[in-house]
Amino acid sequence: MDDFIAARSQMALSLGFHIIFSCIGMVMPFFMAVSHYKWLKTNDEVYKNLTKAWSKGVAIFFATGAVSGTMLSFELGLLWPKFMDHAGPIFGMPFSLEGTAFFIEAIALGFFLYGWNKLNKWFHWFTGMVVGVSGLASGILVVAANAWMNSPAGFDFVNGKYLNIDPIQAMFNRAWFSQALHMCLAAFTATGFAVAGVHALMILRNRNAAFHLKAFKIAAVFACIAALLQPLSGDISAKDVAKRQPAKLAAMEALYQTEKPAPLLIGGIVNEKDKTVKGAIKIPGALSFLAHGDFKAEVKGLDQIPENEHPPVAVTHYAFQIMVGIGTLLLLVSLTYFFILFKKKPLTEKRWLLKLFVFAIPLGYIALEAGWVVTEVGRQPWIIYGIMRTKDAVTPMPGIAYSFYIFSAIYVSLSIIVTFLLYRQIKMVPVLYNKPETK
Amino acid sequence: MKDVVITFLCMAILLYFLLGGADFGAGIIELFTSTKNRSKTRKTMYQAIGPVWEANHMWLIIAIVILFVGFPFIYTTMSVYLHIPLAIMLIGIIARGTAFVFRHYDAVKDDMQWLYNRIFRYSSFVTALFLGIIAGSLISGHIDPLATDFYTAYISGWLNWFSVAVGFFTVALCGFLAAIYLIGETNEYHDKRRFIKKAEFMNVAAVVFGAMVFIAAQRDKIPLIDWVFKSTVGLSAIILASLSLVLLWYLLIKGKTKVLRILAGFQVTMILLAISYAHFPNFIRLKSGNAVSLLETAGPEKTIYSLGLALLLGSVLILPFLGYLFYKFQKKEE
Ligand code: HDD
Ligand code: HEM
Ligand code: HEM
Repeated sequence: MDDFIAARSQMALSLGFHIIFSCIGMVMPFFMAVSHYKWLKTNDEVYKNLTKAWSKGVAIFFATGAVSGTMLSFELGLLWPKFMDHAGPIFGMPFSLEGTAFFIEAIALGFFLYGWNKLNKWFHWFTGMVVGVSGLASGILVVAANAWMNSPAGFDFVNGKYLNIDPIQAMFNRAWFSQALHMCLAAFTATGFAVAGVHALMILRNRNAAFHLKAFKIAAVFACIAALLQPLSGDISAKDVAKRQPAKLAAMEALYQTEKPAPLLIGGIVNEKDKTVKGAIKIPGALSFLAHGDFKAEVKGLDQIPENEHPPVAVTHYAFQIMVGIGTLLLLVSLTYFFILFKKKPLTEKRWLLKLFVFAIPLGYIALEAGWVVTEVGRQPWIIYGIMRTKDAVTPMPGIAYSFYIFSAIYVSLSIIVTFLLYRQIKMVPVLYNKPETK
Repeated sequence: MKDVVITFLCMAILLYFLLGGADFGAGIIELFTSTKNRSKTRKTMYQAIGPVWEANHMWLIIAIVILFVGFPFIYTTMSVYLHIPLAIMLIGIIARGTAFVFRHYDAVKDDMQWLYNRIFRYSSFVTALFLGIIAGSLISGHIDPLATDFYTAYISGWLNWFSVAVGFFTVALCGFLAAIYLIGETNEYHDKRRFIKKAEFMNVAAVVFGAMVFIAAQRDKIPLIDWVFKSTVGLSAIILASLSLVLLWYLLIKGKTKVLRILAGFQVTMILLAISYAHFPNFIRLKSGNAVSLLETAGPEKTIYSLGLALLLGSVLILPFLGYLFYKFQKKEE
């Protein structure tokens, strides 16, 4: 394996791994806070057990998120030293603030996990909220750093030199808002559907239905609200991309020729050699509308972009299709769920709805990963859009392939162990929480 | 602001050595505990470091973020030429962090525990060893950006007698810090005695490996003796460290626990000071004889300014909260 490809693969793998855990770390504290609040208010023991059961899962995920994040902060240098040499001082602002957010999060987590019976109960609840809020803040900050790679700002690039650096302006670059908003919603969608689905499965199997029903409801409401907002925020993102990265938008839509008005493609097989797309359903004018808010607007195709600046079209296009497809599906699931809630039908009788949620367990995460593939692969061949090419940033050290194999093995084993642990946690719910008072 | 940022960097590195070190040390202690006492050691240890380990590791993140934002040249030089030991240390961090949490949160306690324990112990050892190797390499003067062959560029920079000796010295210090920390975390007589024994053992090991560091420095032609004995600060630091060693043994035998912690932390701080003061603010010594200095490679002014501001703001938010965490979960003496 070529060193450059190995470095890219290792980066993608580490980020793809980290994002799962960080999303859980960002979102679960809010679910727990709701359940915890209900326990404090109603004294219903089930809510207390639920909070505790969730917090055990979160501890596992949090640790995995923290170590994989630590890995990432080194990996930026291990794999992309020439990028960090220039980018560090420019996009470092969000990272230094993120450090603070992480720190507060880690401290609050210590209080929350070990504070049962030791702290004032409302202070304890509050520490749980702090975990969630600082997790969300760190997510937003790190995405602002990524947004800077898509939409560099806060410096003047003169003759290959980075001058007049302004870290604040770099942080509030043009892409940060749309990306951060979309990312936060995605975290709620993905985690919400996964958690709701797991509890739906338990209800279907008739295990501790009272416990799992409460859990299901909390997760499902969060998930469904986020899933309703997701396409709206996705639309903001798309318009944003059209303005700042026309090459990425063209790759997302496999738009080889500039068109006016441009159609939206659904599905289709991309042939990168002939620059054609076969078998796609075309919705006339829809892309013009999505990109520019006008059914007749012109959309720039790849023909207007120099060949050596084309991102990989097929991967970007398929990933985008997967994300939008899943987004639409989850939107429908959410609408159905709210309809049923509105009609006040008991959920346990609607087994098909529960099955739908079980089916949706992995979907949010698939969409999340696909969305990142769109963003990151769609930015290629640039690491800093329009400024530095990815291949110029890679480490001079040979043999990165071995590093990639080793870290792949580690991530695969960790995923297996975490899944196994989670399975055991869920399996033990009846044993641990069936008796009214357990420790 | 440069001074503020450099102060924070030094503080983060020091605290990572002390707190993260105690944390690795816990695994190292477990490694050197006889099988029959292990499960008790584990329990004390869990209660002691469970609530704080995540926070302890934040110091590493803070240090690394300061480096890559404020001193990108240092960060990238380390990342390129110390790629291999950094990667091994990271594997260690990943393995021990997850094994530590998994073994506690596994809902079923069965044979898997055996695996978690193994991973936790060995990876704690490896992490501390490589942390030391990296620290040693930075000052060993073996790092060579001009190298043209793989071995000189990526291996001999860190695989040399001095760096490895510093690695083992670090392992012993970590074990020592952990043992001292754990003495105060248990109220039971036998447990206390055991940890005191461990602390004594680790302290002897530290002295032995400390001597090895000097020998290795001599062999690798590193002017360590000059650094330590020819500068007033270095010399006073080493004298204070030695004096506190005497006091420390006295308190150990007496079983006074809380003061011990402060003393042990003080001792390790003095050792770090003695080694690093002479070439401060140089951060990396290169084979060519040049050095990479914190002052000269700092990023642009605006970056340093906002970084400093972020750190000051962060510490206002963090320190009281962190202090309360340590206070709240400290074992009360009965
Ligand atoms: C649960 C996950 C999820 C779902 C259901 C969707 N997305 Fe998404 N999308 C993401 C998760 C995601 C993401 C992983 O979070 C990304 C990657 C970078 C980012 O900011 O968000 C993303 C990026 C992303 C981008 C690229 C942004 C950029 O490069 O700056 C666009 C244009 C869209 N999305 C559009 C949509 C649309 C129109 C959706 C319609 C339903 C949609 N997304 C659903
Ligand atoms: C966590 C969600 C993320 C995922 C899943 C993700 C995914 C990826 C993928 C798939 C690549 C490889 C692209 C290619 O080479 O074709 C990549 C590259 C990269 N990403 Fe991301 N990314 C994420 C977030 C971020 C963030 C927040 C940053 C930095 C602040 C970042 C920095 C980088 C860098 C430096 C590279 C290597 C250079 C490049 O390939 O352009 N990523 N990422
Ligand atoms: C879109 C991408 C990312 C998001 C949304 C994200 C979010 C988070 C969150 C919420 C946490 C808290 C830990 C948890 O709850 O499990 C976390 C941990 C961490 N992340 Fe990321 N992260 C992303 C990418 C990155 C990148 C690119 C880096 C490094 C450059 C990074 C470095 C870290 C570090 C060091 C930690 C550990 C902090 C701790 O111990 O709490 N993350 N991340």
